[in-house]
Amino acid sequence: MSVKVVLPTALARHTDGQKIFASEATNLPGLLAEVDTKFPALSQNIKDEQGKLRRFINVYINDEDIRFLGGDAHQFEDGDEVMLIPSIAGGCFADGD
Amino acid sequence: MEVSGTVSPCQTKYELRCNECGKSFGNRPLSACDDCLAPLEVHYDLESVRGRFTRETVAAGPANIWRYKALLPIPEGYEPDLPVGFTPLVRAKNLGKRIGATNLYVKNDSVCFPTLSFKDRVVSVALANAQAFGFTTVGCSSTGNLANSVAAQAARLGIKATILVPADLEAAKILNTQVYGARLVRIDGNYDHVNRLCTQIADEYNWGFVNVNLRPYYAEGSKTVGYEIAEQLGWKLPDNVVCPMAGGSLIRKIRKAFKELIELGLVEPKEVRFFGAQATGCSPISQAVKNGWDYIEPQRPNTIARSLAIGNPADGPAAAKMIRETGGWAEDVSDVEIVAGIQELAETEGIFTETAGGVTTAVTARLYAHGRISQDETTVVCITGNGLKTTDALEGRFAAEPAVKPKLAAFDEYLRSVDSSLVSANATEEGELVSFDAEGVELTLVGGVQ
Ligand SMILES: [Zn+2]
Repeated sequence: MSVKVVLPTALARHTDGQKIFASEATNLPGLLAEVDTKFPALSQNIKDEQGKLRRFINVYINDEDIRFLGGDAHQFEDGDEVMLIPSIAGGCFADGD
Repeated sequence: MEVSGTVSPCQTKYELRCNECGKSFGNRPLSACDDCLAPLEVHYDLESVRGRFTRETVAAGPANIWRYKALLPIPEGYEPDLPVGFTPLVRAKNLGKRIGATNLYVKNDSVCFPTLSFKDRVVSVALANAQAFGFTTVGCSSTGNLANSVAAQAARLGIKATILVPADLEAAKILNTQVYGARLVRIDGNYDHVNRLCTQIADEYNWGFVNVNLRPYYAEGSKTVGYEIAEQLGWKLPDNVVCPMAGGSLIRKIRKAFKELIELGLVEPKEVRFFGAQATGCSPISQAVKNGWDYIEPQRPNTIARSLAIGNPADGPAAAKMIRETGGWAEDVSDVEIVAGIQELAETEGIFTETAGGVTTAVTARLYAHGRISQDETTVVCITGNGLKTTDALEGRFAAEPAVKPKLAAFDEYLRSVDSSLVSANATEEGELVSFDAEGVELTLVGGVQ
């Protein structure tokens, strides 16, 4: 089983320019753990101090926001496209004027 | 505050900064930090404009948003010439009487030039920057008003426009985009789908998306609503502002405007309370405020207020937090109440607003009814778009009566049938009716109406 992970350009500098890579992960926590070992630099950028995905990043599974699918508990299926997108396309906006 | 951005004699130094980690990015088309992916915002060196941005210098400026140019992120050398904004602040006595408010104002952006919504403000700032960055194509994701404005202003500036909208948008908003020659792409999905796609397109194509890679500049245009409210109240801040919320940006930028005016000494310091308005069918920010959440639970929108139908609002958490900080509140209303709100504002103040304005009007009424705002406080209600764009929402609301023959007798008969108290005392004898009628027809012809 394998899913296709898609990154925005801003993050590809931490993956030697790869904007798409394959993953064996079966859910989001699994994907983050895999990124830890495969792309440690990327991991630093997308996770906060608690090791959770930063709140400025939205995750889509085949066009659907993972929060509508159960979030961390959602099980990936073979062939899924997992997309990470900066929150400017909907999501958190940090405070501070 | 040291800022490294460009500066012209009459402007303020400004630059993009990450809200989260503080990293500076100068001035370029970028909306998210490349380290932590947090959104970027324009920061100003207000000291650099102190003494040069005064009530007098503002009053000497043009009667549009460019009178506040010094506090907008406008590239050096750019001479704005589109007279956008400075819309009426209307004392709303009649609406106030109906909802129990004695000091109510409507900030009427349903008449903003060129396309009848407050989006004309943000787009004019965004496109000034698009030109400076050398984009030959601009675009946006839109629920309608933004599409109209980008299409119109791009046409005038001679820039190509590609605009993406949800496929089910109101017909008038689609037509109002196409007429300017913009390429309109209908996307089979809701606004959140469209917005996500635009983020990817902006990542791949060298286009300036006003609400994606130009977003920090674009959003600053909203501040002008706040400057205008303060100036039009005689350089005073109101007690309350009621604001519709889609992405949640406008309400925050109005507050930013007030803070800047306080810091520069143009108004007396005051903590204004902010109130947010949403449709129940798409109320993620209102839900966050009501439940005390510091996050947004995304929703799948289902409301006639399509210009507010953003289920995953970018500035939602910050808007919710800000509303609570100021001691304000957020409410949401049903589609039935939205239509009633549109009619109420039209019937009391002669202002025909789109569905978003119906939301704001209905929410305002509820805020007074529930005692969230007390009767005599100075309250400004922000109406952000024109009703002619969303007439679909009122379809079937008004009876289509059969046509009356152009005879006074026929009119008299019609009036008797609907309201006999209005029938003229003179209109009783058949002979008189005919002669009056003949005269009437004659006059109409001379006047050239027919
Ligand atoms: Zn950052």
